[in-house]
Amino acid sequence: MTNNPGNMSCEQFQAQLADLIGSGEDASRHPHLLTCSRCRALLADLETIAEAARQLLPAELPKDDLWERIESAIQKEETSRQQD
Amino acid sequence: MPRPTSLKRVQGAQSAEPPDARGNLPNHAPVAPTYPQDEALARAQAGDHQAFAQLYALHKRRIYSLCLRMVNNVAEAEDLTQEAFLQLHRKIATFRGDSAFSTWLHRLAVNVVLMHLRKKGLQLTSLDEAMEPTHDEGPGRSFGAPDLSLTGSIDRLALERAVADLPAGYRLIFVLHDIEGYEHNEIATMLECSIGNSKSQLHKARLKLRDALRTTSRREGGK
Repeated sequence: MTNNPGNMSCEQFQAQLADLIGSGEDASRHPHLLTCSRCRALLADLETIAEAARQLLPAELPKDDLWERIESAIQKEETSRQQD
Repeated sequence: MPRPTSLKRVQGAQSAEPPDARGNLPNHAPVAPTYPQDEALARAQAGDHQAFAQLYALHKRRIYSLCLRMVNNVAEAEDLTQEAFLQLHRKIATFRGDSAFSTWLHRLAVNVVLMHLRKKGLQLTSLDEAMEPTHDEGPGRSFGAPDLSLTGSIDRLALERAVADLPAGYRLIFVLHDIEGYEHNEIATMLECSIGNSKSQLHKARLKLRDALRTTSRREGGK
C-alpha cells in the first residue's frame, strides 16, 4: 500500500472507490485520476449510470383489475371488523 | 373515525386515462368525483371510500413501479401493491402530515416489500455474504483488457433491463438509492445493515450494471 494517493495502483484506487463515492466527496479530484484514463473512464461510467437511474420514472401501471382486488380485500376486512 | 357501512364499486380508481379524441371517457365511467389531493386525503382518512380510490389512482403507478423494480416479478409486484394499499387503508388515519403523504406511502410500500423479501429468505442483515458473487461472475473491475466506456448517455430501456437482471441484493440497494433517492443511512436503517455495507453493495451494483450495459452496447455496435 502506498502513502501517496497519486502513486496508487488501479486496484488500490478501485478498492476504495465505493467509500470515496459514498462519502459525497468529488471523486474526480482524486490524484490517481490525473494519470489514469482507465479509472477516469470507470468513474465517469459509474456517474453516468447513477445519473441515468435518477431519471428513471415510475413507468409501469398495474392491471386495471388490481383495484377490484384491493376493494374486495378492504370489504372483507371491514365485514370481519363489523362482525367482531 | 366514521367508516362506510358498505362499499360500492368505485370506478374512479381506474379512471386515470384521459378522454378519447371525441372527448368520451373510458367505458368504465361514470367517474367518481375528484377532489384536490389534500381534500382526498382528509376524506380518505375520514373513511370516504371514493376518496381512497382517488388516492389509489394517483399513487398506483409509483407504488407498483417501485414494487416491480424491487422484486422483478409482475405477480409478486401486484400482490405487494395490493398489500401496500391495504396497509394504507388500515393506517391512513394515523398519518399526521409530518412528511409529505407520498413520502409516507412510499416508505410504507418499501417496508411491505422488505417484509416480503425477508419472508422469502433474503438475508438483508448480511447482504454482503448473501449476495457476494462468485469470483467469475463478480462485477468487473477495470484493470485488464482495453475498456469500452459508456458514451455518456444510457438508453432507458437498456438500463431498466440491466437493473431487472441484477441479483436481488444488488437490485434492492440500487433501486432504493439511485432510483428512489434514499440515503445510505436510511437504507442501512431499513435493511438493518451497516452504512458501509450499503455503500459497498451499491458500488458493486453499479459495476455490474456497467458490465451489462457495455455488453449490450458492444452487441449492438457489432450488428
